[in-house]
Amino acid sequence: MGPTMQTEFTPFLSLLGGGLVGASAVLLMATHGRIAGISGILSRILPPASKDQSLPQGLIFLIGLLLAAPIWVVLNGQAPLQTVSNNLPLLALAGVLVGFGSVLGNGCTSGHGVCGISRLSGRSIVATLTFMSTGFVAVLLLRHVFGG
Amino acid sequence: MSPFCCSVTFLGANAMKNLVTLLSGLLFGFGLLLSGMANPAKVQNFLDLFGTWDPSLAFVMGGAIAVTMPGFWLFTRRSKPFFNTVFHLPTRTDFDMRLIAGSAIFGIGWGLGGFCPGPAVTALPLAAKGTLIFVATMLTGMAASKYVLNRQDNRA
Repeated sequence: MGPTMQTEFTPFLSLLGGGLVGASAVLLMATHGRIAGISGILSRILPPASKDQSLPQGLIFLIGLLLAAPIWVVLNGQAPLQTVSNNLPLLALAGVLVGFGSVLGNGCTSGHGVCGISRLSGRSIVATLTFMSTGFVAVLLLRHVFGG
Repeated sequence: MSPFCCSVTFLGANAMKNLVTLLSGLLFGFGLLLSGMANPAKVQNFLDLFGTWDPSLAFVMGGAIAVTMPGFWLFTRRSKPFFNTVFHLPTRTDFDMRLIAGSAIFGIGWGLGGFCPGPAVTALPLAAKGTLIFVATMLTGMAASKYVLNRQDNRA
């Protein structure tokens, strides 16, 4: 099933990377007054069309997000370290659940986990605890019950 | 005149606004790449307490919140954002089934795939087969969810 493999514990880089994500969220809030929630930004550009004026800015944000990895490759001369499972049916299922669930629950790791917790929103704290718990159970079942 | 004002005049307010949005997207993506979160194996290892546990994701969240919390506090005290007339902040405080069920479903998918929306979009140009499939079905799931919610709202 899922690839069980060791990854290096990177406290410093992860803290720094997290800080950059935070800086992006603050920049978007300070300039546009918007929450940097990726599921929200994505869902607004999808059909059925919603009457939201943030659409062009959302598209520009997504272009920036899509440019990050290519620029990384140019600067570093190599792609960032990444292991994606080859179990395509599993990833297809995971994608549907992530997409459907994040829109139903009004947010994902960025909107609830970073922005919501930073605003001490009760809804976001509950949402984050919920998806952390079910994510933990999903990996437990995938790797140790069915995949073990 | 501050350099900020001059560049606004030089570029025009709209170009400046778009540039800042592009920059925030880039910053977000670089942050995810640097933190290791665009690597699904690392996310799954965070959730794998009884296996190959990697606590890095907790540091990503910690770093992000450490910057976002004071930043939001500081800037939302202003009367309005720099390029907009109002702050669009969520106002709901109730806990409904949609929030709980949606987050629960999202978490299952996050665990199974190791991707959530931000990292999946960031990793998309690296074009791993699994990422391409994941993003395609994620967008389908989002559209389906939107469709169902619209129908429910219209009926209510």
